[in-house]
Amino acid sequence: MSDKKIDDVTGISTTGHEWDGIRELDNPMPRWWLWTFYATIVWALAYTIAYPAWPLISSATNGMLGYSSRAELRTELDGAVAARADYAAAVAAAPVEDIIADEALRQFATSAGAAAFKVNCVQCHGSGAAGSAGYPNLNDDEWLWGGTPEDIRVTIAHGIRFEADGETRFSEMPAFGGMLGRDEVTALATHVKALGEGGDLSGPGAELFANNCASCHGEAGKGDITLGAPDLTDAIWLYGSTSADIAAQIRAPRHGVMPGWIDRLGETTVKELTVYVHSLGGGQ
Amino acid sequence: MSGTIEVERHEAEAVNSAKLRQPLYTARRKIFPKRASGSYRSFKWLVMAVTLGIYYLTPWLRWDRGPHAPDQAVLVDLANRRFYFFFIEIWPQEFFLVAGLLVMAGLGLFLVTSTVGRAWCGYTCPQTVWVDLFLVVERAVEGDRNARIKLDQAPWSARKLGLRLAKHAIWIAIAVATGGAWIFYFADAPTLFVELFTAQAAPVAYITVAILTATTYTFGGLMREQVCTYMCPWPRIQAAMLDEHSLTVTYNDWRGEPRSRHAKRAQAQGIATGDCVDCNACVVVCPMGIDIRDGQQLECITCALCIDACDGVMDKLGRERGLISYATLADYNANMALATGNGAHAIEPAKVRDAGGALSEAVAHFHLRKIFRPRTFIYFGGWALVGLMLIYGLVTRDRLEMNVLHDRNPQFVVLSDGSIRNGYTVKLLNKVPEVRTVLVSLHDLPGATMNVVGIDLPDSVSVPVTLEPDRTKSLKIYVRQPRELGAGGVQALRFTVEDRSTLEAADYTTSFESPE
Ligand code: SF4
Ligand code: SF4
Repeated sequence: MSDKKIDDVTGISTTGHEWDGIRELDNPMPRWWLWTFYATIVWALAYTIAYPAWPLISSATNGMLGYSSRAELRTELDGAVAARADYAAAVAAAPVEDIIADEALRQFATSAGAAAFKVNCVQCHGSGAAGSAGYPNLNDDEWLWGGTPEDIRVTIAHGIRFEADGETRFSEMPAFGGMLGRDEVTALATHVKALGEGGDLSGPGAELFANNCASCHGEAGKGDITLGAPDLTDAIWLYGSTSADIAAQIRAPRHGVMPGWIDRLGETTVKELTVYVHSLGGGQ
Repeated sequence: MSGTIEVERHEAEAVNSAKLRQPLYTARRKIFPKRASGSYRSFKWLVMAVTLGIYYLTPWLRWDRGPHAPDQAVLVDLANRRFYFFFIEIWPQEFFLVAGLLVMAGLGLFLVTSTVGRAWCGYTCPQTVWVDLFLVVERAVEGDRNARIKLDQAPWSARKLGLRLAKHAIWIAIAVATGGAWIFYFADAPTLFVELFTAQAAPVAYITVAILTATTYTFGGLMREQVCTYMCPWPRIQAAMLDEHSLTVTYNDWRGEPRSRHAKRAQAQGIATGDCVDCNACVVVCPMGIDIRDGQQLECITCALCIDACDGVMDKLGRERGLISYATLADYNANMALATGNGAHAIEPAKVRDAGGALSEAVAHFHLRKIFRPRTFIYFGGWALVGLMLIYGLVTRDRLEMNVLHDRNPQFVVLSDGSIRNGYTVKLLNKVPEVRTVLVSLHDLPGATMNVVGIDLPDSVSVPVTLEPDRTKSLKIYVRQPRELGAGGVQALRFTVEDRSTLEAADYTTSFESPE
């Protein structure tokens, strides 16, 4: 294995290592290479003195430069906040309509709103804001309390049936199960279903509707956004569209609660959320 | 000295000579290459002028692309992610074109190496070219080989200090210019030039110049042949590309040996001598400091300066040129066999010469047809194929493109009138530096209409969109289909975009989701 030879061609000694008849020439390293090698060792030592490196019992050396990756992250985050300070200030100052009208501001607010939505709203409305039974879909074009930017902003700021906020939106449909008989509820449900799908509107439900429901939902069942009374003629049903769903809602209505966000998130974030929700395709 | 012809004799020892071996670590041996002259040297001056000219001047070439794009002929615009090369503009997604060029460069290198050996190393490698340039400075300031050796050995004096300072100052000036030229490829050169000298350029510009200045000065002035011998991987790789028909710089010992410093005297005594007069002219011109007569060596960059040197000597002696020449291993072996009687005896110079003393007919010479062999055909074929593919890719690439992303959450939305709505993010790529208006249309979905967020038009099947020059525009498009016209489930939907003035068009087929 290690018998050194003098190579015939070059006249240089081999290292004595041999692989399948191939021998390694024992050429010297250049001296500057050696110095470079020493320099990297010195560098490495200096590096561990300058930067956090050596493990101690419960922590590690801090390094003379006082560097930490957490502080660097902090600086970068501060930098990001500073970089968007202009936009943030403009969003804070402008009314929602103006933000939507300005392309750059709208894009900024939409992104910020999308982020806030993911943290605060998806639990009920879903990550795609498509809602579910009892939780409104924010992508469609039906709005219980109005779909203009200002309507949306008020809803987000003060919530719905949120008792902690004095300005909250409030509506309460009476439970007709205690006032109407079984047959009457069924007749009413049949009538309401026919309102949306087309069908016989002359049945016994018509009079019941006029007497009990029209005051809030309107003669034609078109609803009233000032009262939060839903439109009963369209294809969108918060609590289901079958006759049984409708009858259940007439007998003992469920009332969802949405918290008001103004105290928790502040004016600017509420505006950003408004812009985002308005952008989902149904905003008016 | 007997004889009438005087050949200057040099004292020189190859830096890698076995005689100079040291164990383990060896200090660098200083090399003082002598100025060579001859046809290869002239050719190298030309190559040097062309390559340096290209490098330093290219960023200053202008190319008019209209008001919406830079007018620099060659520009790598990192901030906007564009690469401009004369009439070609490349977007990041077209970077395969650059990758293809690199593949071509690689195959081209294989092709050149398999035919003419390390021509890249000897003539065009930046390391070689800049070292050559630095040597020009060194000779101009300190003189040629002998003067430099003398100066090097002399004790420090005002003159020596002055010469050394002058040399290094010029080297550093060249290094700064080299680093400076590099950054001009990445920004508008005239603007950046002014900014650089008025301390307004970005810190990264100064840092880049500083790093490249340091590397140019160190590699070109201080390390030189050390870079080729110890740092560069290419000398190791190239051996795989050479075969017995590749041209390399070769000392033809079949006619040179036995070498003799006193040929006349030896001949008078009846001792046969070869053509080599052992003048060491080939050693002293070598920028790598080696002796080509020791055979093919890893250190040799095939700069061919030893050929020039020896040809000069042969001319003086009235013998044929080409004692050192570009030769293939096959020819060399054939001639060696001729001179040694197939290895039966030591080289006998008479065997390669005819009765009249001229080189015999039997001596093999390089013939051009040796270039055409399977290996070179394969390299050339691969190189040409990639080239043709690139040209095809370049002339057929689209300058108007569309990408569509279907909203997945929610997949569809039921609207109050019962119709179904799907959302799409449509990206339009306008790859020409001109504003243009294109028509985005919907197809294949019965009764569907769309509206584009931010464009205030009633729902329709076609919407005109204005595209910024050389930019991507992202549109949010809502498509709705009345429930009674839909087939339910997943339906196909096709978007098209067309530029009616240039007849360019693109389309994208996606799907439209609705409840079952
Ligand atoms: S090969 Fe040519 S240049 Fe080199 S020593 Fe011999 S004669 Fe001189
Ligand atoms: S041996 Fe000849 S070809 Fe090789 S590097 Fe030296 S001078 Fe150039």
